[in-house]
Amino acid sequence: MPNTVTLKKREMPIYLDYQATTPADPRVVEAMLPYFSEKFGNPHSSSHAYGWEAEEAVEKARAQIASLIGADPKEIIITSGATESNNLALKGVASFYKEKKNHIITVVTEHKCVLDTCRHLEQEGFDVTYLSVQENGLIDLKQLEEAMTDKTLMVSIMAVNNEIGVIQPIKEIGAMCRARKIFFHTDAAQAAGKIPLDVNEMNIDLMSISGHKLYAPMGIGALFVRKRPRVRLHASINGGGQERGMRSGTLPTPLCVGLGEACELAEKELGAETERLRMLRDKFYDKITCGLKETYLNGDFENRVPGNLNISFAYVEGEGLMMGIKDLCVSSGSACTSASLEPSYVLRALGVEEELAHTSLRIGIGRFTTEEEVTYAADRIIAEVTRLRELSPLWEMAQEGIDIKSIEWAEH
Amino acid sequence: MAYSDKLVDHYENPRNVGAMEKGSEDVGTGLVGAPACGDVMKLQIKVTEDGIIEDAKFKTFGCGSAIASSSLVTEWVKGKTLDEAGEIKNTHIADELALPPVKIHCSVLAEDAIKAAITDYKTKRGKKAAE
Repeated sequence: MPNTVTLKKREMPIYLDYQATTPADPRVVEAMLPYFSEKFGNPHSSSHAYGWEAEEAVEKARAQIASLIGADPKEIIITSGATESNNLALKGVASFYKEKKNHIITVVTEHKCVLDTCRHLEQEGFDVTYLSVQENGLIDLKQLEEAMTDKTLMVSIMAVNNEIGVIQPIKEIGAMCRARKIFFHTDAAQAAGKIPLDVNEMNIDLMSISGHKLYAPMGIGALFVRKRPRVRLHASINGGGQERGMRSGTLPTPLCVGLGEACELAEKELGAETERLRMLRDKFYDKITCGLKETYLNGDFENRVPGNLNISFAYVEGEGLMMGIKDLCVSSGSACTSASLEPSYVLRALGVEEELAHTSLRIGIGRFTTEEEVTYAADRIIAEVTRLRELSPLWEMAQEGIDIKSIEWAEH
Repeated sequence: MAYSDKLVDHYENPRNVGAMEKGSEDVGTGLVGAPACGDVMKLQIKVTEDGIIEDAKFKTFGCGSAIASSSLVTEWVKGKTLDEAGEIKNTHIADELALPPVKIHCSVLAEDAIKAAITDYKTKRGKKAAE
């Protein structure tokens, strides 16, 4: 089939928000297309050729997903995305084992869908320990060890943080959990396809994957559920018993094919892409730090995916800055960009002071980011931060040597 | 969120950015907001002997709406008496810039900034009169 799907150039700002979502890779879309029309069968129709054809496609996808994380295809449950996977992992396991153990350990910087699910489980009678993080965004393994008790059923710690891109010590956590027969769930929405993952080497029992964070479409994800030692869970969605009874509902063949293809591409290109992104990231970051004083990187630099930077530009408020760089699509930890009017809870958990949290931008680069784009973006950000600092009374005070903390501000 | 053309214009071409001599007798300075809350406005007025605001300057740390609100009020207060300037209400600012509801607090802060600058000026004059 001729290559009919390409990313069309449009008059749009430069996309630097790859942690929010990634475009589906044209090769992924290409692979999906036949399954919308001519190969439209229900993969669960076992009595005719249309069904067999779709089933074969789904099983190929399952194998591709499994291969990316070193799992067995039978251990892959297809879901609608990482939010559902996280819900199923936490609620499903908690519900199944609640008579035996009632303690869950997680981290304050987890994604809202893990935190909110944990809150829900607390209401159901579970005890949840929310570990704090160190200044670099990483957990303290000693603290984790101290939190583990004989009542601990599960540890849920994300592999890569969505705001600051830091990589938690997954292998060490896995080993600690396995030694104590505690289930280890990791939300790998931001990690799968970005860093090497091996569920056996890392002793991971459950892993959540999101399609649209790794160049597959939105609306598809997966949950790895280990078979040996076996992890059992109660389904959230009941019905026809698909996905080994853990997640009923007709599988969306085109989306499954898309996720499978995306996983295969990610696995194939991981090494080269990591190098390329690291080069772009370093170029961008060097330019920023050379061009501007008083910028602060939020989160560890070494243990970090190369596609993420989260930088505080002191004395310049994040939303105001974003308005000045309209030709760049980034996101901010500033309160003004969220509904809650509170600055990012992740940055606060790192101990980033509120005034600096307000000045942060998250810059996410990915597969379709070019060197030209990052160079342009860095120049634009430097120019705009410089302009806004000239407008900032806080910058003025800092230049005059006045300590901003010495002033009694009327908090409003 | 779509901002009005006026707001964007004030953000991109802010009027009267700068600083005046804080210690000067004819200058009143208002510093309101807090860095931890994400917005700080510094508004300064220079007042003639007859109580007319002849010049105004500002610097603002904050979002586009905060910058535009403070830029706008520096334009408005110029040429006004202190009493007239004191009558500027946040609703006038919000209307003029068509601020969305979540940004109303920016106009409130701008109103506070003028009031604070006037108070500062009057306090200075009062002290001088008492001497």
